[in-house]
Amino acid sequence: MSKSTEASDFVDQQEEYKYGFFSDIESDVAPPGLNEDIVRLISSKKEEPEWMLEWRLEAFRAWEQMNARDGEPRWAQVKFPPIDYQAISYYAAPKDKKTLESLDEVDPELLATFDKLGISLNEQKRLSGVAVDAVFDSVSVATTFKGALADVGVIFCSFSEALREHPDLVRKYLGTVVPVRDNFYATLNSAVFSDGSFCYIPAGVRCPMELSTYFRINAANTGQFERTLIVAEEGAHVSYLEGCTAPMRDENQLHAAVVELVAMPGANIKYSTVQNWYPGDKDGKGGIYNFVTKRGKCMDNAKISWTQVETGSAITWKYPSVVLQGDNSVGEFYSVAVTNNMQQADTGTKMVHLGKNTKSTIISKGISAGKAQQSYRGLVQISPKAENARNYSQCDSLLLGDKCGAHTFPYIDVRNASAQVEHEASTSKIGEDQLFYCRQRGLSEEDAVSMIVNGFCKEVFKELPMEFAVEAQALLGISLEGAVG
Amino acid sequence: MLKIRNLHAQVDGKDILKGITLDVKAGEVHAVMGPNGSGKSTLACVLTGREGYVVTKGSVEFEGQDLLAMAPEERAREGVFLSFQYPVEIPGMSTAYFLKAAVNAVRKHHGLDALDAMDFLKLAKEKAKLVHMDESFLNRSVNEGFSGGEKKRNEIFQMTMLEPKLAILDETDSGLDVDALRTVSEGVNAMRSPERAMIVITHYQRLLDHIKADMTHVLSDGRIVKSGGPELALEVEAKGYGWIAGDSQAGHSELAKVAKAVEGPAS
Repeated sequence: MSKSTEASDFVDQQEEYKYGFFSDIESDVAPPGLNEDIVRLISSKKEEPEWMLEWRLEAFRAWEQMNARDGEPRWAQVKFPPIDYQAISYYAAPKDKKTLESLDEVDPELLATFDKLGISLNEQKRLSGVAVDAVFDSVSVATTFKGALADVGVIFCSFSEALREHPDLVRKYLGTVVPVRDNFYATLNSAVFSDGSFCYIPAGVRCPMELSTYFRINAANTGQFERTLIVAEEGAHVSYLEGCTAPMRDENQLHAAVVELVAMPGANIKYSTVQNWYPGDKDGKGGIYNFVTKRGKCMDNAKISWTQVETGSAITWKYPSVVLQGDNSVGEFYSVAVTNNMQQADTGTKMVHLGKNTKSTIISKGISAGKAQQSYRGLVQISPKAENARNYSQCDSLLLGDKCGAHTFPYIDVRNASAQVEHEASTSKIGEDQLFYCRQRGLSEEDAVSMIVNGFCKEVFKELPMEFAVEAQALLGISLEGAVG
Repeated sequence: MLKIRNLHAQVDGKDILKGITLDVKAGEVHAVMGPNGSGKSTLACVLTGREGYVVTKGSVEFEGQDLLAMAPEERAREGVFLSFQYPVEIPGMSTAYFLKAAVNAVRKHHGLDALDAMDFLKLAKEKAKLVHMDESFLNRSVNEGFSGGEKKRNEIFQMTMLEPKLAILDETDSGLDVDALRTVSEGVNAMRSPERAMIVITHYQRLLDHIKADMTHVLSDGRIVKSGGPELALEVEAKGYGWIAGDSQAGHSELAKVAKAVEGPAS
């Protein structure tokens, strides 16, 4: 207990990262290391079906080959020392795993942790009408609003539960968008993923509420390997919110998640993320490595929209993508990425046009401050059969100070002459003159920065669901505190 | 209202202001003239607290408070307004949003309730008419793509919204044609009141045809070398600044006496 108290006192004195506390729930942690036995251990801990274990083992063997052959990918414009994958523990679960009927049965300390994060489940339930599947150290402990969702046939549960209750659905779609051998981190995730969320929206159903998951990394030295699978059947609509905070920690923590979206004909999936994991301290010590694979597949007339506001993590490596497989399908990517101090980000999207009359829009806003380095990396690919494909890309960078950097790497690959592809890019700077102008009118420097930055990000924020937009604006303010002057 | 005493200031280690002493009372309009490089704009920057302008000596009192100890935004909230010589563009931030935040920051400072969007817009539309601005500019980004004249009118418009106690107009006439000059001057004149003071900084006399100053000061090499009534401005216009420079000894020594008295015998 004393450790926990000390830690929270320490954090009380530090405004920099207000979610950095350590909760004192005993964890059931696997020994560090990665081998077939660990993969088997994870699978058996979760009481998974045999096919799931086989799938994991296949991924593990593929990953071993990748690791032996090339090691982790180094093409992104980020710098970090080699990761010792044998030093990481691949499984941690709160010890008390009995099934809970209501929030009253949840460990009070766990609930207090959620309160510190500002996501009181009770409050969420009552006020916002958002169902929250709170992921705590890789195992879901509370899921709300299940009843209301069940009435319309929507399944929203932890990945483990989905494997127990709906194994056929999971088996049908798992790995269909991000294959086992897709890339180093996705393959690692496929072998050792601990838990995550599963959503299934039946044909023709509009999900009656926004679905939301809060992720949280807790135990020391525990990699977090989330797996999310969302399936929207023909004509279904769903909006999914993902929000994250993580406690302060000295060692770098690896996070390699995989998100797969399947939009069947006429379906519509909107996936919004606000990410504010611990970015490390001012000198670049600590912080999360966020190496994520997010991809969606659109069938005929379907639409997938990614919206993200990223302010956290020491290193971000992330390219939410859309494969526009069906005719007339639509992909969108709206992104705000903020890097301050020593943060590094290499992020962007991939829009792969396969079907006819497919359309994609990319709006990327990068904000760099301190000594941070940020890269936009985006691929627009028009295949030979994608008649009349259209893409519009806009990449804007805003620099605060003169020690940060912004880089843009657009990849445009057009193999059909009927395509229309537009790319616009700009780089601007918040100047001392702009800040002085605002202050001379009575605005504080912080308000001035946040107003200028919010103006810069307006096009993306308007895509976010209301409650997220408010949180996102607040987050920008927190992340850029002290960035100027 | 404003008491400047023996003010010395540096920019990049170079002495620009070399002992300015000036009193401005409520209701007065003071013109500060001078050739390029005389320190006019530096005076405006020092009074509003711009970074990089270092006060090395002297004091400035505003309504009984030490103005130099306040952050730029505090000075603004206390009622010091600067109409910029070069208004700054802020892409992506609408004029209405910007000014509403500014007006409410000032109101909050004075313990008043924030204006809501409806009240703010009503007020803004009313004031916009004063400077003949089309309401549509409220939805445009601050100064972005504005013509020179529009930018200056926007400054005066902001002044009418913020209702400062002390308005400093830095070369508000520069870059304006005759019509725009008249519009801007009308806006300024409408703001004159017994409670409000203004410092009008200008290179040319023509602005003072429209805005009648109670006092005129001529600045040269960081000092006020001559002070007088409105007629001084006409004299400057007729004879040029060279005339003042030749006559500067008398004015200078007189001011030096004042400065000395202020500093006291110890120094």
